[in-house]
Amino acid sequence: MPRQTFVLNGKPTTVDVHDDVRVLWVLRDLLGVTGPKYGCGINVCKACTSHVNGRAFNPCSVRVGDLEKTDEITTIEGLADTVDGDLHPMQQAWLDRDVAQCGYCQPGQIMAAVALVRKVRREGRSITDADLDGIRNICRCGTYTRIREAIAQGERQM
Amino acid sequence: MLGGTTLVAAADLVGAGVPAAAVPGTPQPAESYDLNDFLTEAAMPTANLITVTVHEDGTASFALPRMEVGQGITTSTAMLIAEELELPVDRVRVTLADARPELLYNQLTGGSNTTISTYTPIRVAAAVAKGALLEAAAIQLGDTVDNLRAKGGVVQAPDGSSVTYGELARAAAGSTTRAMEVRLKEPGEFRVVGVGQPRIDALDAVTGRKLYATDLQVKGALPTMVCRAPTLNGTPKRLRNKAAVLAMPGVRNVAVVDSGVAVRAETFGQCIDAIRAMKVDWVDGPVAGLSDADIVDELRAAELPLPTLPDNPLAKTVDLDVLFYFRSNSAMDTNSAIADVRPDRATVWAGLKSPITAQQKIAEALGLSQDAVKVHVVQGGGSFGRRLFFDGALEAAKISQAMGKPVKLMWHRADDARVGRGHPMATSRVRAVHANGEVLAFQQSHTSIETDFRHGLGEIITANSADLPGGLGNLGFAETVFELTQEVPYDFGVITQTLTETDDRFNTGSMRNIYSPDVRVAGELMVDRLAAAMGQDPYEFRRAHLRNDRVRAVLDTVADVGDWGRSMPAGTAQGIAIHKEYKGCSACLVEIDNRPQQTGRDIRDGVGGPRVTKVVFAIDVGLVVNPRGLEAQMQGCINDGIALALTSSMHLRDGHFLEASWDNYFYTRQWNTPPDVEVVVMASDSAQPGGAGEAGVAATFAAVACAFARAAGSVPTYFPVNHRDPLEFTPKPFVPPIPQSPTNGLKLTY
Ligand code: FES
Ligand code: FES
Repeated sequence: MPRQTFVLNGKPTTVDVHDDVRVLWVLRDLLGVTGPKYGCGINVCKACTSHVNGRAFNPCSVRVGDLEKTDEITTIEGLADTVDGDLHPMQQAWLDRDVAQCGYCQPGQIMAAVALVRKVRREGRSITDADLDGIRNICRCGTYTRIREAIAQGERQM
Repeated sequence: MLGGTTLVAAADLVGAGVPAAAVPGTPQPAESYDLNDFLTEAAMPTANLITVTVHEDGTASFALPRMEVGQGITTSTAMLIAEELELPVDRVRVTLADARPELLYNQLTGGSNTTISTYTPIRVAAAVAKGALLEAAAIQLGDTVDNLRAKGGVVQAPDGSSVTYGELARAAAGSTTRAMEVRLKEPGEFRVVGVGQPRIDALDAVTGRKLYATDLQVKGALPTMVCRAPTLNGTPKRLRNKAAVLAMPGVRNVAVVDSGVAVRAETFGQCIDAIRAMKVDWVDGPVAGLSDADIVDELRAAELPLPTLPDNPLAKTVDLDVLFYFRSNSAMDTNSAIADVRPDRATVWAGLKSPITAQQKIAEALGLSQDAVKVHVVQGGGSFGRRLFFDGALEAAKISQAMGKPVKLMWHRADDARVGRGHPMATSRVRAVHANGEVLAFQQSHTSIETDFRHGLGEIITANSADLPGGLGNLGFAETVFELTQEVPYDFGVITQTLTETDDRFNTGSMRNIYSPDVRVAGELMVDRLAAAMGQDPYEFRRAHLRNDRVRAVLDTVADVGDWGRSMPAGTAQGIAIHKEYKGCSACLVEIDNRPQQTGRDIRDGVGGPRVTKVVFAIDVGLVVNPRGLEAQMQGCINDGIALALTSSMHLRDGHFLEASWDNYFYTRQWNTPPDVEVVVMASDSAQPGGAGEAGVAATFAAVACAFARAAGSVPTYFPVNHRDPLEFTPKPFVPPIPQSPTNGLKLTY
């Protein structure tokens, strides 16, 4: 069985599994890292959104064999460790706005929001209404209004 | 109060505060005695079986016999306990109770009834606990109970001496069980109830620590999925390539069960691979070959003639006929459950709103006695009515028994969308007669594919009475629910609303707000018609005809805050609507933009369509426990209402539903959600709380429907309004029944 090695939430991680198993299952089923959620398995719902080398990606749609040894995967569990303090400012914004209802989509929403702020900063601008409209993460509880408010706060504090 | 080493306090409510019985002579039953009275009364005889426990670490705990699915009841429950017990909210732990058969009807989460039915029992239990703590403190501090003051988990005497709840817990527990009388706080004394409180599980939710059924680690419970038939509810004949499937990487077990072919593997990815490789012979399901149009014909045939209306040569009759297509209540967290079935016992973990019925039905299916089945209730990632049933838990138990192994069953999204339950197709016909500016009669006849209520009241006796042959039992339930929830709160002369249901072949159930969204849409579209026929403004017309001051107050509020009647460009419009249910009332004002720059938006794997640009929503639920939670529920309901009006439906084609994921089933997304949403929580002097979890769907759906009709210049005859547009997606295959996960994710990072 092939050995797969990558960096998970700051720690080098090795797991024995076939190349074509998607990263989501490696995280959830083999490593017990359950923050990234399953919502579709086809890169549509975005509930599994995590980061690879600081950018948003969807582990349901990446083969574990396609990861490099040095690729840094960050899940919601590791997000706070990327900043000083107990929580990432985006997580704090989510608490301040009391965004979560069932909460199932929220790890993915937060990871997507952090990546969106980083992306617009790379582009030298800030988040617009069109950017918010373009967020693809679904929330079946319909928390969109508070998500928009929280992203505005999180962006200011990041 | 019960004895023990920790203080356990129970509520005894029998005979107290019985809701008023139906008052004869009112126009409609729901006005004086509604579904919530029914559910609350059913729960009442067992309300004293719930207990609050105070621990030696100074915290209190409570196992809530209801299910948290996002509606915020663990938070509101913690607030009620904190209030009466005089303890900070963060020192109250609320967990979900396992299935407890002795609770009979008191473990059903539905009808937005949790707060209504538990408001008093939970406070009584907390107050009993506080009373016992004060008595123990009186002995320790050498003073009388009347002189002591409890606050923040500490009891203080006038001389400044004090003792904490933690220090008192053991002494207060005593060794015998005895009765105690309590005085509950009056609303005027509340310091926690009524003040916005963030959810008690918010930190877990934003850190990924909140656990749902598929996150639980149960020894040996490997990922398990099911290969399902290409027609709805088809059944497996045989698996032709079992050996080949078993030889696939990671695959451990394969078993044919009644709903399909189950596979258990090291990862869910390997389950998906196995399902896609399976060669299965199927027996067609009961609607094989049928499509939307066939079901519409069937509904039309089941419609009863509308009653004859008052004969008056000056009267004018207005008719309206609206069709509502199938809709899905699939949550983000799909049907899932963990089951560990042994020869003599079984343990199940799942998100369950009727856990006692689940326990009994699972026991029956496994051939075990009910007490040999342990059912743990897990928080759910949404429900929207879906978790009133226990399809995942029952299936997991059967699979575990067939394989002889523990399983972690997860429905693939494609199955959850296509085979999972939903809201049945329905028609709603309204006929009204008016003369001289007055409405003389208002008749509404709702005809629906059967709504499955076979979960009963969460207890098998009622569940089985809903299961009588010929659907008669279920129809009785459906009619009761309909009659106890529907009401036309206008002075419209002779009012009748009736329900006819037909056809039990679909997987249906109560979807958030059950009948009300569709019934209100048809009703409020008719109200707009009547206003137009009489040359009156829709808001003024409603206002003049409402017969309830609370409804008029919410209507006035949205008209005022939302600036009703402001001038708007062509192709955009306002809509306004009201609803009354769950002991409360609501009104919604929306603005919609139906101009080409909105409707022509090109959205990858989604639909744009008309955009609701603004929503003002006013809600009066009576006494509000957590205004912040109530606002959140209304915000969610608003997005549901918009979806029902504009984008979300299931297409039945050739024996199966087409929609297999969120790129097919268009629930509201960020590009659909209104950029401007304002929820007004009405102040109330009521001493009774109302229900909140569903209360916002009906008025929103109706307001959007009315606004769309105005913006488009014609009243829609079906919903959602895009249902008959050319499909916005390519249907995913039915064989294999689930799609493969893509592999290009690293090219799509941002
Ligand atoms: S599970 Fe990965 S996008 Fe839906
Ligand atoms: S909070 Fe429930 S799906 Fe988003």
